[in-house]
Amino acid sequence: MNPVNYLQILQLAAPETIVTLTVLVVLGADLTLLRGKSIAARFNAGALLAVLGCASAAVFAFTRQAGQMEFNLFSGMLVVGQSSDFVKVALLVLTIFTILISTSGKFTDHVGEYLSLILLGTLGLMFLVSAEDLLMIFIALELASLSLYILTAFNKHNAKSSEAALKYFLFGGMSAAFLLFGFSLLYGISGSTNLPEIARGLSGKGTDPLLIVAMVTTVIGFGFKVAAVPLHLWAPDAYEGAPTPSAAFIGAGSKVASFYILAKIFTLGFVGAEGSAVWHGYVAGWTPAVAIVAALSMVLGNLTAIVQSSVKRLLAYSAIAHAGYMLLGVLGNTPTSSSALMFYVITYALTVIGAFGVVTVVEAATGGDAIANFAGLSRRAPGLSLCLLVFLLSLGGIPPLAGFIGKFFLFSAAVGAEKNLGLLWLVILAIAMSAVSFYYYLRVLKAAYVQDAAEAAPAIKVPGLTLFALALLAALVILFGCAPGLLTQYL
Amino acid sequence: MLAWTIYITFFGVLVLMLLPRDNARAARIVALLTAIAGCVAAFAGAIQQPHPGEVATITKLDWIPAIGAHYYLAADGISLVLVVLTGLAAVSGILFSWNIEKRTKEFFAFFLALIGGVYGVFLSFDVLLLFVFYELTIIPKYFLIARWGSTRKEYGAMKLAIYSFVGSHLVLIGLIAAWVVARGQLGHASLDLMELSKVAFPVAFQYWVFPLVFVGFAILAGMWPFHTWAPTGHVAAPTAGSMLLAGVVMKLGAYGCLRVAMVMFPEGVKMWQGEIACLAVAGIVYGAGVALVQKDFKFVIGYSSVSHMGFVLLGLATLNTIGFDGAVLQMFSHGIIAGLLFAVVGRMVYDRTHTRDFNDLETMQLGKLLPFAGVTFVIAGIASMGLPGFSGFVAEMQVLMGAWAVFPKLTILSGIGILVGVVYTLRAVQNGFYSDAPPRPADPDHPLEPITRPERFGAVMLIGASLVIGLFPGLLMNWIEPCFTSPLSMFGRLLVKGVSQ
Repeated sequence: MNPVNYLQILQLAAPETIVTLTVLVVLGADLTLLRGKSIAARFNAGALLAVLGCASAAVFAFTRQAGQMEFNLFSGMLVVGQSSDFVKVALLVLTIFTILISTSGKFTDHVGEYLSLILLGTLGLMFLVSAEDLLMIFIALELASLSLYILTAFNKHNAKSSEAALKYFLFGGMSAAFLLFGFSLLYGISGSTNLPEIARGLSGKGTDPLLIVAMVTTVIGFGFKVAAVPLHLWAPDAYEGAPTPSAAFIGAGSKVASFYILAKIFTLGFVGAEGSAVWHGYVAGWTPAVAIVAALSMVLGNLTAIVQSSVKRLLAYSAIAHAGYMLLGVLGNTPTSSSALMFYVITYALTVIGAFGVVTVVEAATGGDAIANFAGLSRRAPGLSLCLLVFLLSLGGIPPLAGFIGKFFLFSAAVGAEKNLGLLWLVILAIAMSAVSFYYYLRVLKAAYVQDAAEAAPAIKVPGLTLFALALLAALVILFGCAPGLLTQYL
Repeated sequence: MLAWTIYITFFGVLVLMLLPRDNARAARIVALLTAIAGCVAAFAGAIQQPHPGEVATITKLDWIPAIGAHYYLAADGISLVLVVLTGLAAVSGILFSWNIEKRTKEFFAFFLALIGGVYGVFLSFDVLLLFVFYELTIIPKYFLIARWGSTRKEYGAMKLAIYSFVGSHLVLIGLIAAWVVARGQLGHASLDLMELSKVAFPVAFQYWVFPLVFVGFAILAGMWPFHTWAPTGHVAAPTAGSMLLAGVVMKLGAYGCLRVAMVMFPEGVKMWQGEIACLAVAGIVYGAGVALVQKDFKFVIGYSSVSHMGFVLLGLATLNTIGFDGAVLQMFSHGIIAGLLFAVVGRMVYDRTHTRDFNDLETMQLGKLLPFAGVTFVIAGIASMGLPGFSGFVAEMQVLMGAWAVFPKLTILSGIGILVGVVYTLRAVQNGFYSDAPPRPADPDHPLEPITRPERFGAVMLIGASLVIGLFPGLLMNWIEPCFTSPLSMFGRLLVKGVSQ
């Protein structure tokens, strides 16, 4: 092993370092300078600091990722390369948007802690993206998860928030245990915690029953993170009970990183144990397991979303369904399908933050997030409802928005991955279910555009910063839909 | 020039969105000017095209190189016919919605967004681009009906949206599968329709993928038994909405069947030709039969649309040039005539009397009170029955001639549909306008508003179009026919040789 070069480590981990420093600055400023100021002022000042920190980290990562070669420190503890750097940029941008939509929040007076927890969560996700070692993956995952549990519980005035957090925490703890169990088995079979080493250790051993257990528990552990059926039960409660910006963070940033690492574990670590999920051509391995989870998520998520009356719960079930589509990108197991997966996850995350941003505003103005609360939105807040239209239609997969082109990439990559259109059955299911999903998105839009608000409902005043962030998100969703090349060139 | 139809229309949408909320007059004028500009661009572009039989490229730019998608706009004679139809439908639709007072600006914005999408479909020669425009029309349709419609509007709108969406998703499955197979054969990814129209997809693949894509499009063309969105949607829609639905949206479906499903999978068509013809004739007869017993005036027209669209599908199923010619001409003809019928029922009658029930209308003596409406409906009815002199005759005649060569028995059956068509049209004329039922005393407080000038303009325009094409079908046939007969035709693989022309 080479002698440790601390300067190089600092250089490679610079974005993470910047974020860590930002956490400290935000906390410190909130404790000293901003003491005694109004919540709104603290939120604005803290958010400004946090956004500056994230933005500089993102700029740093973005400028160095061009033409960079891959660095691998301590056999996979910290892997820095083009793709991981770009995903970090995406994570940081998502965090910036999450912070921007939280600034109008009134759910807490612990502003500094709230913002720094979001940043800490981001930090965990950034390390997660850079890890190719099981231990590091687990530690980064826990750092992110613990921040998310607390963020979920942040609304102390709402009992649902605590309930949601507890549920999320218990499920999370259990799935972490599964994950560790799987990891320990993997280590036992292959003799290494490094992903490529594991693949080498596994090769030629065939499908050992122990390996199958390890694979299944890994699927369980990550199935929880991405809210895939049957480990989705926490999601609707967490989305509903958590403060809306926290829910946006769970649904966006955490999903991007989880899918990135999930794909990495399976494609790097389980080489040779793919099996086959081809119709009439089943072979045991990890792909059939993922295929089943994907199919269940798509069906259950979409069908359950139909009957929801709370928009947050609706978005939660739609998130479950989308996790199902995204798993198709993991299943494809080709470079095309992983880049399609990342395109889909990133644009989905942008869209979801936008949708939750709209919900935040509507909730603040009308006191609830039921579909009925959206009635007449097109008159009460035309700009806001136009953004909502863009976000929901993109989630529903209507062209020319990013959600449609993402689906096209994802599905065509999955169909093209196997010979003789082997995965077509799953794609047909996905497309059929996406037709179903259109119905419930349209229900929300119907309330906004077709139904009239209760008599003399006043216009909703949208905070300028939030509206700016939402308009920017909507513009991005349209832009990536019309010119996906802008994003795909980095993936 | 033709591409400007799309740009002008979407620019009009933007202008409308920026207008002040309460200025209904400005919104109407902007919308009308936009539609007229689009219509003029359509005509000018169509006339300028020297060889309608060939596909003339308008723009071709790389869009998403990774999947072989282009921003590829082009036109051949069939596109020209349908673009001109769209222009006419847009102008007349706006004339017949001059009285919209509720949220006028939004109404016209959705209206023009729909029109822009329709232009886009007819001019796209990249499958993905075509699909994008195709789905783009779903949302405006939904809001137009749900917001400004009448009878069970939210139900009708949702039903239409879901049918459209399910249809387009069937298409999407087929396209993705075809894209993968074509990539294997071509060696590179392509969504270019001209390129895909030369790929020989394996016959076993075409056998299942063709019906998927064809039915996906045919749902929107009102093919029996997937037609049920059509009557409810037409009835629920506001007048301009039903005019557009029947006038151009159903054509989108039929156009997709021809341009995408049939061109890409010629062997598939040949395998399923008989089934398509049977469903088409079932639609003709069923639509006519159901129209015969309706009590609601608008349902009569709604079901008659299903029946007339059956002729388009029958023409497509013949796989000979005369049948194809008839099918395309019938798309144009039905677009004009159905638009006119819906305008009379929705705007001239329902907006004034607030009823469409024949039992009520019988007692109103509308023929005397609204003579212009009565005469317009009679003319439109004559055109719809397929009497010589109007466009419907030329179109349906050719479809039947083409079908006779392939499916003589079915052709006779569809003749029954025509006969029933005569009966339900006459019944509608009589019950709606010239009934001899004892008249109800007129309500002096609420006299019927006289027919306004925009309505007269619109009606004269549509009648004129149908009459001109009926008397000089060559005007359009010169565009349509070379598309199928030219040696370079993209439809060449479709035609079954050895059938008498």
